[in-house]
Amino acid sequence: MALTKAEMAERLHDEVGLNKREAKDLVESFFEEIRLALESNTPVKLSGFGNFDLRDKNERPGRNPKTGEEIPISARRVVTFKPGQKLKSRVEAYAGRKR
Amino acid sequence: MTKSELIELIAGKQDHLAQRDVELAVKALVEQMSEALSTGERIEIRGFGSFSLHHRPPRIGRNPKTGEPVALPGKHVPHFKPGKEMRERVNDSQAQSDKGR
Repeated sequence: MALTKAEMAERLHDEVGLNKREAKDLVESFFEEIRLALESNTPVKLSGFGNFDLRDKNERPGRNPKTGEEIPISARRVVTFKPGQKLKSRVEAYAGRKR
Repeated sequence: MTKSELIELIAGKQDHLAQRDVELAVKALVEQMSEALSTGERIEIRGFGSFSLHHRPPRIGRNPKTGEPVALPGKHVPHFKPGKEMRERVNDSQAQSDKGR
């Protein structure tokens, strides 16, 4: 099961005491403001979690994996996430689920 | 943009909420996300992206000073995959700024 906006809003309701509407709006706003910053080419640093950075990639040769046909991959700007030290150490300690 | 700048921006738009509450809320969100990942749970936010763990297998490293081999255990690292809307919005903004050049 994955963490979703609905669960995040529920926790803000339970723990911070926002009403359900406020909690839902706040979660929405949290992700939207991060997107707006990235969209305006501003990196976002969330201490304790990690940094969202932007990278401009040049055009490079690519290939349609199905047909083998060569097609250039156009120049683009992409978002990268670099986890912070605190998140990395917390996650490293996770031993993995038994499958 | 830092976490405190993000808090101010959100508080400016949700003006019925006290800045203090927005601060608590943002900190709670970041903590909840870290917690999910550190227990192996994925995070899925449509239009934003998903966070998951990637496994790094155990390997033999070396002490860079002495050159001595050291056994490094396997570990998990956080991974982010931007969602479609995020990819498009970020990339379109680049196309816009190119036009201006």
